[in-house]
Amino acid sequence: MFDYEALKFIWWGLIGFLFIGFAVTDGMDMGVGGLLPFVAKKDVESRVVINTVGAHWDGNQVWLITAGASLFAAWPLVYATAFSGFYFAMMLTLFSLFLRPLAFDYRSKIESEKWRTNWDKALFVGSMVPPLVFGVAFGNLLQGVPFGFDSLMRVTYTGSFFALFTPFTLLTGVVSVCMMLMHGSTWLVLRTDADVAQRSANIGRVVAVVLAITFALAGVMVWQSIDGYSVISNIDKMGQAQPTIKEVSTGSGVWLANFIQTPLLWLVPLLGIFMPLVVAMLLGIKNKSGSVKTASLLASALSIASIILTAGISMFPFVMPSSSQPNHSLLMWDTVSSEGTLGLMLMVVAVFTPIIIGYTFWCYKKMWRTVTIEEIEQNSHSAY
Amino acid sequence: MINETLVELSRWQFAVTALFHFLFVPLTLGLTWILFIMESVYVMTGREIYRDMTKFWGKLFGINFAIGVATGLTMEFEFGTNWSYYSHYVGDVFGAPLAIEGLMAFFLESTFVGMFFLGWDRLSKRQHLMGTFLMALGTNLSALWILIANGWMQNPVGSEFNYMTMRMELVSFSEIIFNPVAQVKFIHTVAAGYVAGSMFVLSISSYYLLKGRDIAFAKRSFSVGAGFGLAAIFSVILLGDESGYETGEVQKVKLAAIEAEYHTEPAPAAFTLIGLPDDEAMETHYAVKIPYALGIIATRSLDEEVIGLRDLQKAHEPRIRNGMIAYEYLTKLRNGEETPENLARFNETKHDLGYGLLLKRYTDNVVDATEAQIKLAVKDSTPPVAPVFWAFRIMVGAGVVMLILFILAFYFNARREIESKRWLLKSLFVALPLPWIAIETGWFVAEFGRQPWAISEVLPTFLSTSNLAVGDVLFSLIAFIVVYTILFIIEMYLMIKFARLGPSSLHTGRYHFEQTPELASGLRSQNY
Repeated sequence: MFDYEALKFIWWGLIGFLFIGFAVTDGMDMGVGGLLPFVAKKDVESRVVINTVGAHWDGNQVWLITAGASLFAAWPLVYATAFSGFYFAMMLTLFSLFLRPLAFDYRSKIESEKWRTNWDKALFVGSMVPPLVFGVAFGNLLQGVPFGFDSLMRVTYTGSFFALFTPFTLLTGVVSVCMMLMHGSTWLVLRTDADVAQRSANIGRVVAVVLAITFALAGVMVWQSIDGYSVISNIDKMGQAQPTIKEVSTGSGVWLANFIQTPLLWLVPLLGIFMPLVVAMLLGIKNKSGSVKTASLLASALSIASIILTAGISMFPFVMPSSSQPNHSLLMWDTVSSEGTLGLMLMVVAVFTPIIIGYTFWCYKKMWRTVTIEEIEQNSHSAY
Repeated sequence: MINETLVELSRWQFAVTALFHFLFVPLTLGLTWILFIMESVYVMTGREIYRDMTKFWGKLFGINFAIGVATGLTMEFEFGTNWSYYSHYVGDVFGAPLAIEGLMAFFLESTFVGMFFLGWDRLSKRQHLMGTFLMALGTNLSALWILIANGWMQNPVGSEFNYMTMRMELVSFSEIIFNPVAQVKFIHTVAAGYVAGSMFVLSISSYYLLKGRDIAFAKRSFSVGAGFGLAAIFSVILLGDESGYETGEVQKVKLAAIEAEYHTEPAPAAFTLIGLPDDEAMETHYAVKIPYALGIIATRSLDEEVIGLRDLQKAHEPRIRNGMIAYEYLTKLRNGEETPENLARFNETKHDLGYGLLLKRYTDNVVDATEAQIKLAVKDSTPPVAPVFWAFRIMVGAGVVMLILFILAFYFNARREIESKRWLLKSLFVALPLPWIAIETGWFVAEFGRQPWAISEVLPTFLSTSNLAVGDVLFSLIAFIVVYTILFIIEMYLMIKFARLGPSSLHTGRYHFEQTPELASGLRSQNY
């Protein structure tokens, strides 16, 4: 149905789709967890916040798991190189991810203030460390990562954990954290009322403006101070996955080449700056109607998609450039699985994604309501 | 050269994290169906006690599920972080079932688990029951895809090595799905999970019966556990036998190690009940044998041989030599000498490439291996026998004890005499750890028995690791042990607390601790 070249391109889009799916669904839960200490002042308010995502966080988290597994299946070399190269960063993410499932389920099982505030802290850490690390990791991808392959394709990473943190990657880390917080705040505005909703809106407005500024700033740095990569030899787009046989050069401003070549693509980063501002404006409206609240959530989702897509487009066709051996950089053309695997996995995705989205929507619809303090007090032994 | 310490630490880390995760998975597999059974009775009869049963056992299920989810994340990360050469070498094949697991199963399970806990007031009875069913279905489908992936490691069908990309690539996905090893593993493993779920419900219900409280609740729970458990333990044992049969076909080495059979015996082989395996001498001392039994179990016949480890190793030697040739031509091909002749020579020998790679432990170039090094590689080509031999016997022993207990529980429950059989209730309570002992040792037999391979006859374990510093892995291993210990303590604390409270924890006003003012104040002071 599709040739190998088309499959490779489709999978670049699908991996992007899965990561955006993760950021828009589970990123929302992470934003909610990150906002928890700031929008909830007493125990019952914390429970209101947690119960807005209580029924959905686990399903949402599967976006992360599926994105990881799809990376394994579709881009095995990226999975192998990134996960082993960023070893301590990955371990840090993993250990903080342990905290969320336990915090959601265990927190309200015991009526002790100390027990509950400790779990709230755990939820905060588990919600904020992963997006921070992911943002820093994305920044590192843009900068290039020091790795290379031997003749049997065994990868060696020559960087260190602390080398991951540069002014630019810290900035991308902030962008990522702001995305989640903004998104979480629009969700809380939509699903809570009274003080919690008001505090969420206030914080959300600030975070959204910070997001627009930091994202624009990161763009300036990509233009001025970060070297981009480009392939100067011919790429056999139909060819087998052999990432060590091409020639790559680097240069300042090269990451903007795709936008210059296809000016229409500028729309994507522009949306990435503009949509957070729309979110800030919508959150500022007093006595928001339901549709304003929904619009702010959608605008936030669109911001996230645009920002992630901007990074993808500027690096295209690179997915993981090597700073130490640029010729070993991983491209979406030469880091992929075989044609058979990509074709098979595409069919699986095509069949199951609509089903997943269908039942997920059904569950959201069934659970849809404004979570109030009264509701939590009435169901104090069954709610989270 | 291979860093043996790095390999050892990476293996320990994988074993620790996988075995720990596997403490929680089986209970999830079993309890989801038990919850579905209880809730079905509630929906059909409308009797509140069955809703309470569903909710209470669901509470305990939730405590277990949360930590299962958390520790499952590790498994998703760890192939990439610690086994990156493995991920590259087989990701084209092995990654697909994992990704399909996410899309087909894990989404289903995780989405409806939220409905199970928090959807009681927002869904109709039937909708909620359907959600519980989908949760159970998702959990079990999840196990299916994981075991298809694992089955491929044991018996790598449907794939071929590609010298250009330097990895295994998918040839036939249907062969991978219908891999006989994967099929029997799936049935054996999920049925073991059902046993764990049943034993869990039986043991805790026995505790309430012994304490004489919430009798009606405990007896009904007991009945579900006894019925489901008896069916499950029969499946495990019968299909464990199937599992042995497939091992005989595909993984003769593992079977020989399980049996500590160093010498090939004339058919039909005897089953070594117990003995002392000695890898140095390649003899089993003080063996107590049951005539004919092994031959019948493994080959389903009286005239087929079960090959011993000495003969298996003897057969590996020419394959290692052949693998050296494969490696020589692989190197030529990858250096650009892609002549038709080199290609033909490589294709003739590439099925033994994995055996050639066994030499990488002793010489990086493989082709220059000395006779002594080849001898060492031959010795490496089978796993140490004693750990596999003993783990298998512990698993089977635990299984047999459970079989007896389930039969007795079912029998006396059917005769409505269970309350008076306090010795049985006590035995059932004490037997709670048995399913976990059997499951963990079973995992060990399957995975340790596969050594020296990560992917049978394709990729040795020692080659599969990431190029990390020893200190990195040592650090993360210690971190896992510390953090997992803390998580385990928290989980057990909650589990024991809620199991002791029983259905009173639902606050319906109908159960033991809520009946009299003194008891109720005791409940409040428990602070839950």
